[in-house]
Amino acid sequence: MKKYLSFFRLRFIMGLQYRAAALAGIITQFAWGFLEIMVFRAFYQTNPYDFPMDFSAAVSYIWMQQAFLAFFATWQMETEIFDSIRDGNIAYELCRPIGIYHMWFSRNMAQRMSRGALRCFPILIVAVFLPRPFRLEPPASFGHFVLFLVTLFLGLAVTVASCMLVYAVTFFIISPLGVRMVFTSAADFLSGAVIPLPFLPAKIQYVIELLPFASMQNVPLRVYSGSMSMGEMEKAVFLQIFWLIFLVFLGQILFKIAERRVAVQGG
Amino acid sequence: MADRIKKSVGLYIHYVSIHVRSVMEYKTSFWLTVMGQFFMSFNVFLGIFFLFQRFHQVEGFTYQEVLLCYGIVLMEFSLAEMYARGFGEFPGMVRRGEFDRVLVRPRSAVLQVLGSKFELSRIGRMFQAVVMFFYGVFKSGVEWNFLKILTVLFMLLGGMAVFTGLFWILASLSFFTLEGLEFMNVFTHGASEYGKYPIGIYGNKILLFTTFVIPYALVQYYPLLYLLGRRTHWIYMAAPLLALLFLVPCGVLWRFGVKHYTSSGS
Repeated sequence: MKKYLSFFRLRFIMGLQYRAAALAGIITQFAWGFLEIMVFRAFYQTNPYDFPMDFSAAVSYIWMQQAFLAFFATWQMETEIFDSIRDGNIAYELCRPIGIYHMWFSRNMAQRMSRGALRCFPILIVAVFLPRPFRLEPPASFGHFVLFLVTLFLGLAVTVASCMLVYAVTFFIISPLGVRMVFTSAADFLSGAVIPLPFLPAKIQYVIELLPFASMQNVPLRVYSGSMSMGEMEKAVFLQIFWLIFLVFLGQILFKIAERRVAVQGG
Repeated sequence: MADRIKKSVGLYIHYVSIHVRSVMEYKTSFWLTVMGQFFMSFNVFLGIFFLFQRFHQVEGFTYQEVLLCYGIVLMEFSLAEMYARGFGEFPGMVRRGEFDRVLVRPRSAVLQVLGSKFELSRIGRMFQAVVMFFYGVFKSGVEWNFLKILTVLFMLLGGMAVFTGLFWILASLSFFTLEGLEFMNVFTHGASEYGKYPIGIYGNKILLFTTFVIPYALVQYYPLLYLLGRRTHWIYMAAPLLALLFLVPCGVLWRFGVKHYTSSGS
């Protein structure tokens, strides 16, 4: 366990180094969040009766989404890992007396958490002090907040576990571009990154919520904004845990097979 | 003069043909990237689709009208990204010290920088843009006449100019700093992403900003009102041409930057 923690620490510190990029990212996410809120406001003003949640809940959803973008952005995978599989540097990793799945898992968690840690606070702090309709409201209750933290962590873990599957597939096909693309675009829409899932028609929403993608950002953001009932939250957390276990299990099997038949590229 | 222009155009076409031939060496990878481009903006489309399923209209604009608007914006952006990608990747050129080479050649620096990249894979987005555009053209209930067709052409021209100008600013800024230039994404990708809705829905402040600072509204909102018959004054039709002036300060900034340039060495 200790060695994985040190991989985690290493990546975390590395991620904290890119401060200018983080600043630019914060500005970008601010603009994005603001424009997104304006879009939903326009729809809300046109027709408030068909709005599936309180307007303030939508605002909280959007700000939290921007603040924790680095946690859930599936397109931000580690290019180093893809490169190492393609150019054969993976051989060095395989020589180490540690499980490659766990190592990459902790590295990915650390990278996302360090990026998120750098970026979330400025966004959250400013969003809390904005004037009323644009303000990030506090969570519905203290219980909601605790559950938000739990589901945030679970959502992050599910995101990383699914990315691990994409890395695993790269072992079997040299160019991961196609798989990666389909995965990223599917995840983007199905996790509620494009529009929050309650804005979809009820039947479609019901099906999508069962998929692993909905266990990523959809759950914590909606728990925070208070747009889920008690029963929905229980179901969502259960699904998160189920998908996490399932994805990690599947990933480990794939990695085992891959390690056994890995052909190291290059000389 | 005419001779020089002819030579420059010839050279640019040569650059483009080199880039096209080189991506065609890796056809699978190329088509996958094209598909990726398509999927990315297809998600944006899905977002619009489902929001309109629920709300039917936004601030008086219908689904068909919004698709017409987004189709045009996405066409402008994907075309600009195709040929002005060289500006977009210029910071890397400065970092690697490759701009020195450009400066010693007896041809215009802008031409060479533009020629350094041609992103053909953007046809993936272009395809979607064209489909949405034609859907909008036929279904939005616009009564098309010569002036309206001309307006669309003005919009395309003006929009490409604005996006090119923004990429040009990004390139010019890299003479002064190489860090944190990602914020320019707000203006390039942000504009193409949020330009999906008529800018008027974002409220007055954004409308003012996009009229006088970065003229998106001139190429999107005002001419769109003309197309949809909400405004009839000719100024709404000609607004995109005014946006061409945006290239002037961009060019001045670039010149200033080139003068300022000190090589990264090696």
